Amino acid sequence: MNEWLSLAQGWLGPAWPVVWNVLKIIVLLVPLLLAVAYLTYAERKIIGYMQVRIGPNRVGPKGWLQPIADALKLLFKEVIVPSQANKVLYFVGPAMALAPSLLVWAAVPVNDGWVIADLDAGLLFVMAVISLEVYGVIIAGWASNSKYAFLGAMRASAQMISYEVAMGFGLICVLLVSGTLNLSEIVRQQGTGWFADHGLSFLSWNWLPLLPIAVVYFISGVAETNRAPFDLPEGESEIVAGHMVEYSGMAFALFFLAEYANMILVSFLTSILFFGGWLSPVAFLPDGLHWLLIKASVFLFLYLWIRATFPRFRYDHVMRLGWKVFVPITIVWLLVVAVWMLTPLSIWR
Amino acid sequence: MDVVSFVFTLFAFFLLLGALGTVFSRNPVAAAMWLVLTFFSAGGVWLLLQAEFLALTLVLVYVGAVMVLFLFVVMMLDLNLAKLREGFWHNAPLALLVGGALAIELYLMLTSPAFHRAAAPAVAGSNTKMIGEVLYTVYAYPFEVAAMILVVAMIAAVTLTHRKRSDVRVVKPEEQIAVKASERLKVVSLPAEKE
Repeated sequence: MNEWLSLAQGWLGPAWPVVWNVLKIIVLLVPLLLAVAYLTYAERKIIGYMQVRIGPNRVGPKGWLQPIADALKLLFKEVIVPSQANKVLYFVGPAMALAPSLLVWAAVPVNDGWVIADLDAGLLFVMAVISLEVYGVIIAGWASNSKYAFLGAMRASAQMISYEVAMGFGLICVLLVSGTLNLSEIVRQQGTGWFADHGLSFLSWNWLPLLPIAVVYFISGVAETNRAPFDLPEGESEIVAGHMVEYSGMAFALFFLAEYANMILVSFLTSILFFGGWLSPVAFLPDGLHWLLIKASVFLFLYLWIRATFPRFRYDHVMRLGWKVFVPITIVWLLVVAVWMLTPLSIWR
Repeated sequence: MDVVSFVFTLFAFFLLLGALGTVFSRNPVAAAMWLVLTFFSAGGVWLLLQAEFLALTLVLVYVGAVMVLFLFVVMMLDLNLAKLREGFWHNAPLALLVGGALAIELYLMLTSPAFHRAAAPAVAGSNTKMIGEVLYTVYAYPFEVAAMILVVAMIAAVTLTHRKRSDVRVVKPEEQIAVKASERLKVVSLPAEKE
């Protein structure tokens, strides 16, 4: 492997870093987009079984080719532009929804040392890029020149900004105990501690001392991605499909890609920040990428389970939960952790 | 041209493009979007100075929060562009005066020797940690004062805009959540009626 790399390096010369990074990006993004496609299939199947239905089973064996068929259908559909829409921003909207949800993966480590850009301020980068995701929704809603789309955009932006506050405070707790903004370091730090020394690594992970934060973080993540039960921006019973109502074909598909990529991202981040990333839960099993994938799959299943279980929130309840429940919980826990770290009882030394 | 200069030129180009777009675009929403591009490019330029904490905070705070609220307000407003342009010639002399003063100030600053200092050499290690250390030791008082000013401003904004209307009926989520099934539903057992 290393011989091949040095050979390619000598052959390509100064262009090598570019080629190498593009390769890394492809190796990360192709499985991600495949995962997005099959997450839609998993969602339809799992929710189907939860509701005592079969779900898609016609295209290919057991319906395995259904996502491919969906993608082809969306590719060939006509993209319609409303006559009164702002033509430029109408197409900027879906692009701005997808771009941050792919960009953010640059800083997400999937295994020890397997990361495109091992940033010192990785967590800050992730937060900054996640905060850009709201633009796609707002721009799409406004540029469509439709009242449903606009209402959806207003709801989405208010909701995403509100839950970002709780998320931000939660992440401050994480970096308080880790002492670093580097995501790989945050994972490595979780592999140390009294329990990890005694072979029970999973009790040393951040989820136990930061339990309320872990719960708040994941629920805020569900709200950030506008998924059920926080899917008011696209609540079909009142505002049809919110910001996506005027879109069709590939433009519509981009919103879907972004939404599912964000779900996968939230699951990965929850695993990395609170559940030890690629670390093995017990000492006698080796660490590795598979642990991160297993943990993220559990959270993705939780997403679907929540969607199949809970009815949609009413709008004022969403705002109340974000500002009056989650923000106080995270602030109080931040103080608790800060004081805890200064006492002799601190477990992070 | 090496990679750094190329990236700088790219960001600088988009920074200027964004700034010009903000000033010259007729549509307020488009102007706000150009401003977003401006902030983002400025963040990129700061990254090249190895000020990654400031760059990412600029994107997080200004692009991710402030500009979203800006857009929120601009989109809600029913702006009449013709009316906005009405007093143009009336205000033009004053605007020229202010603009001229700013241009002269910029010129003086750019030509002064204080501006032509070599950039401080980048230090290894986390920029975030260094800023944090300085902020909580050397600049602790200014930092606290800034925090106090922000809190006061926030409370003032809330009290100024908050109004409680007593003539409307509103649902209170607290009361709704506190309701128990026994308060709403009474289960009675009725003996079966016999002929």
